Amino acid sequence: MQKLRALIHHVGWPRVIIAVFLLCLFVAAPFVRVRLDASIGDTLVRFGMNGVLVLAMVPMVQSGCGLNFGLPLGIIAGLLGAVTSLELNLTGFAGFVAAIAIAVPFGLLFGWGYGRLLNKVKGGEMMIATYVGFSSVAFMCMMWLLLPYRNPTMVWGYAGKGLRTTISVQEYWGGVLSDFFGIRFSDFLSVPTGMLLFFGLMCLLVWAFFHTKTGTAMTAVGTNPDFARASGIDIDRMRTISVMMSTVLGAVGIIVYEQSFGFIQLYMGPFFMAFPSVAAILIGGASVHKATLTNVLIGTFLFQGILTMTPSVINSMLQTDMSEVIRIIVSNGMILYALTRVARVNSK
Amino acid sequence: MAESLKSVIIGDRGILTPSHPSYTEVKGMTMEPLLRIEGVGKAYFGNRVLKDVSFSLARGEILGLVGENGAGKSTLMNILFGMPVIRETGGFEGKIYLDGEEIAFSNPFEALDAGIGMVHQEFSLIPGFSAAENIVLNRESMRNNLLVEVFGDRLRTLDRGDIFLRGRSAIEKLGVSIDADMLVSEMPVGHKQFTEIAREIEKAGTKLLVLDEPTAVLTESEAAILLESMRRLAAEGISIIFISHRLQEVIDACDRFIVLRDGEVVKESGTEQADVREIATAMVGRKMGVEEAREEEGRAFGEAVLTAEQLWVDMPGETVRDVSFSVRRGEIFGIGGLAGQGKLGIANGIMGLFPAGGTVLFEGKPITLDDPRSALRAGIAFVSEDRRGVGLLLEEPIKLNIAFTALQMQDRFLKKSLGGFLTWRDEAAIDELAREYIESLAIKCVDADQRAQELSGGNQQKICLAKAFAVRPKLLFVSEPTRGIDVGAKKLVLDTIRRHNREYGTTIIMTSSELEELRSICDRVAVIQEGRVAGILPPTADRAEFGMLFLGASKVSEKEVAS
Repeated sequence: MQKLRALIHHVGWPRVIIAVFLLCLFVAAPFVRVRLDASIGDTLVRFGMNGVLVLAMVPMVQSGCGLNFGLPLGIIAGLLGAVTSLELNLTGFAGFVAAIAIAVPFGLLFGWGYGRLLNKVKGGEMMIATYVGFSSVAFMCMMWLLLPYRNPTMVWGYAGKGLRTTISVQEYWGGVLSDFFGIRFSDFLSVPTGMLLFFGLMCLLVWAFFHTKTGTAMTAVGTNPDFARASGIDIDRMRTISVMMSTVLGAVGIIVYEQSFGFIQLYMGPFFMAFPSVAAILIGGASVHKATLTNVLIGTFLFQGILTMTPSVINSMLQTDMSEVIRIIVSNGMILYALTRVARVNSK
Repeated sequence: MAESLKSVIIGDRGILTPSHPSYTEVKGMTMEPLLRIEGVGKAYFGNRVLKDVSFSLARGEILGLVGENGAGKSTLMNILFGMPVIRETGGFEGKIYLDGEEIAFSNPFEALDAGIGMVHQEFSLIPGFSAAENIVLNRESMRNNLLVEVFGDRLRTLDRGDIFLRGRSAIEKLGVSIDADMLVSEMPVGHKQFTEIAREIEKAGTKLLVLDEPTAVLTESEAAILLESMRRLAAEGISIIFISHRLQEVIDACDRFIVLRDGEVVKESGTEQADVREIATAMVGRKMGVEEAREEEGRAFGEAVLTAEQLWVDMPGETVRDVSFSVRRGEIFGIGGLAGQGKLGIANGIMGLFPAGGTVLFEGKPITLDDPRSALRAGIAFVSEDRRGVGLLLEEPIKLNIAFTALQMQDRFLKKSLGGFLTWRDEAAIDELAREYIESLAIKCVDADQRAQELSGGNQQKICLAKAFAVRPKLLFVSEPTRGIDVGAKKLVLDTIRRHNREYGTTIIMTSSELEELRSICDRVAVIQEGRVAGILPPTADRAEFGMLFLGASKVSEKEVAS
C-alpha cells in the first residue's frame, strides 16, 4: 500500500486518473462493438504523428521561455518546406528529406527572430508566443496566395495560382515513414514502425543535446537564471538557441504529421496546432519550467489515446454521430485541465 | 580621532530596572510608565533570540534602542506589535503592560487600536496618492448623502477638503513643510519618511510611536529636522521608541537608551553622560562560541593581486559608493559592516552581477565589470550570499551543481564521441569530482545524484564552496558563508575556507556580517559603512575600534595597517 502510494505520488495523480480512464475506454470498446485492434492502431499512429510536435515544447520549457505557444511559426516553416518539396516534384524519401532540408533553414531563421522577440518580453513569453503564432498564421494566409508556387496539384484550379487549403501528398511522399518497415497485424492494426523510429531518433537527439555543454547551460538558464549568469552564461543567447530548436522541431514535426495524415493543411490549419501539443506535455507531467522526454512520451500517448478512444467509444454508446463534437469537448477539456495544472505549479 | 564625541566616560552604572531608585527620576516623573516590559523572552524553534528583556518607558519619553543586526530588536518590536509570526512560532515569555494593563495583541490591528504607531524602514505608502490621502488612509473624513440612508455607510463620499486640512495639520505638527497635495511618487525619500510619521501621529490616541531606523534614508539636515520633530512630539506626551544605528543621533535625541546584544539588555542608561564609544563596545561585545585562539604563524603574503579603485556598485539595498582597496596574494581579506551598508555589493559588483563602475585590476589586468565572464575567466570564483537564489540549481543533482561552472567556463568534464563530432558531459568524471568533494568537505547526502534542494543549509553551503573550489580559483569571493546554518556547520565551513587558503594558497575575500567570524580567520578586515571603506583593521584590533567603524562614528580611513 505504502509502495503503491509512493508510486502514485511519483507518477502524479493526473496521469494515474487519465491512464485509468484510458484503460477503461479500451476495456469498454469491444462491448460497444468498437474494434480493439483498430483502436490500438489509431492510437499508435496518432502518437507517432504528434510526437515530434510535442517534443518541440521541450527546449523552450527547459530554457525558461515557457510553453511554446508559438508552435504555428515552426509549423509554417515546415509547411514551406513541404510545399517547396512538392513544387520540385520530389517523391518518396527524397521528397520527405528535401521537405525537412528546406524547412530547417526557415525554422532557424524564424526561430532566431522569435527568440529575439521573446528575450525582450521576459516574464510574459507565453502570452506573446501565442500571438506570434496567431499573427504568423494570419500573415501566411496572404502569402500562400501570393507565393509563386505553380505545381498544378497544389494550386487553385480556376486561377492557376495561389495554394489550395488542403493539398494531398499521397502521390509524393505520403506514408514514407509510416510504411517503412510497417508491420501489419490485421486489416485494422498496423504499426507505423518507421514513424515511431523517427520519433525515437528525434528524442535521442534532444536527449543528447541536453547532455552537451550548451544543453547543460540551457537547463541551468531555465532552472535558475541568476545561477547561470553568475557562472558566466549568456542567458539571451541560450534562450534564442532554445527557441530556434523548438521552432525547427515544430517544422520537422509537421512534416512527419503530414506524411502520415496524407495532406498538407495550409491557411488556418496551423492556427490551433499549439494547443494539443501544450496539453499533451502538461498531461505528461511537465511544468512551465521543467520538461523531460518522459513527460513527452507519456503525455503524447495519454492525450492522443484519449482523443482517439473517447469519440469512437462514446459515439457507439450513444448510437449517434457526435464524434467531432465529442472530440472538441474532450481535447479542449483536456487542455483546460492541463492549464489548471500550470496554475497549480505556478502558485506552489 | 573622535573629537566630535562626548569624551566623558561614565562608570558602569549597571542595568537600570524598574526597581532601581533612579528609574522614576529619569524625567522627573513619578506616575505609572506608559509601557512596561517585564522579562520578555522569545525562542524560534529552540533558537533563543530574546532573553529576559525588561525596561519601561514613561509618557513623553524618547527611548533609544540600539543593537547589531540580529540582536533581537525586530523580534522585540514584533512582540510588542502582536505580529502573527510570534504567535505562530509559539508566543513569547514575560509580560507587557501598556498604561498599567497587561497586553498581548494577537494582530497588529489591535496594537494600532491600542495607540501604538509604527514607522517601518520600508515605505508603506501608496505612490499614486497624495501625502494627505496617505496620512488619513482608511480613516478618511466622510460625508453623508441621500444614498447612505438607503444603501448604508459604504456609499459615503470623501470629504476632500477636510482630508487635506487633516493631512496638513499632521504635517505641521512635525514642524516640516511638505505640500499635503503632493503625490508620494513625486516626493524625495525624506518627505516620504515624514509622511509616514505624520500618518501615525494623525491617528487619534497614538500614545507610543516606534520608529525603526527612520534616519537611515535621510540626509543630515533632514535627520536633524526629524529629531527636532521627535522632541516636539515627546513634549506633547507621545512616547517614542527610536531604533537607529547612528549612535550620535540616539545620544542627541533620546532621554535614555538600551543596548540589546544576543537578545539580552546589556546596557541601559541615560544619554546625558553617554559616549558613543562606550555604546559601540556594549553593542559589539563578545560573542559566545565562535571565537577561538588565532594561530599566529607569521603569515607572509605576495604582491597585491586584486586592486579596486573607486569601485561603485548599484546593488539594491547594498549600494557601494566609492570603495578602494587592495588584496595581496595568499591573504584572507575580510569585509565587514552592518547590513545595507554595501559590503555585499563589492563581491557582486566585481563578479559582474550588478551594474558597477570603477577600476578593478586582477594580476595587473583590468576586469571588465558588468560581465560575469570576465572575472570568471581571470580565475576568480564567487560563493554568493544568496545561496538558494544564485548559488545553486536547486532542482538539479549535487554533482551537476558542483561541476557546472568548471564545465561551462573551463570546458572541463567534457568528452568527445563520434570522432569529435559530439562533445558532451563526461558523467564519469563529474561523478568522480562530486565524490571527491562530498568526501573532503563531509557533505551529508544520500549520493551525488540527490537534488540540491533536499540538503540542509550547511550542506548546501558546502556545495557552493565545492562549486567554487572546482574551478581552482586564484581568488575566491565568499559572501556570508555561515548565514542561516547551525553552529557546528559554521565551524566546518570556516575551517574549509581556511584550509583551502593554506593548502592551495588561494587568496580569499570573505564578506560577513559576523565580526567574530571575520576576526577568527581573516588577516585584515575592512569595514564598509554607507558604501565606503570606513577603515581597515587587523583582526587583533580592539572590538571597540570595529564597533566605531561599523557605526560610522569616526573615519579612520587613513589607519590602513601596513605589515
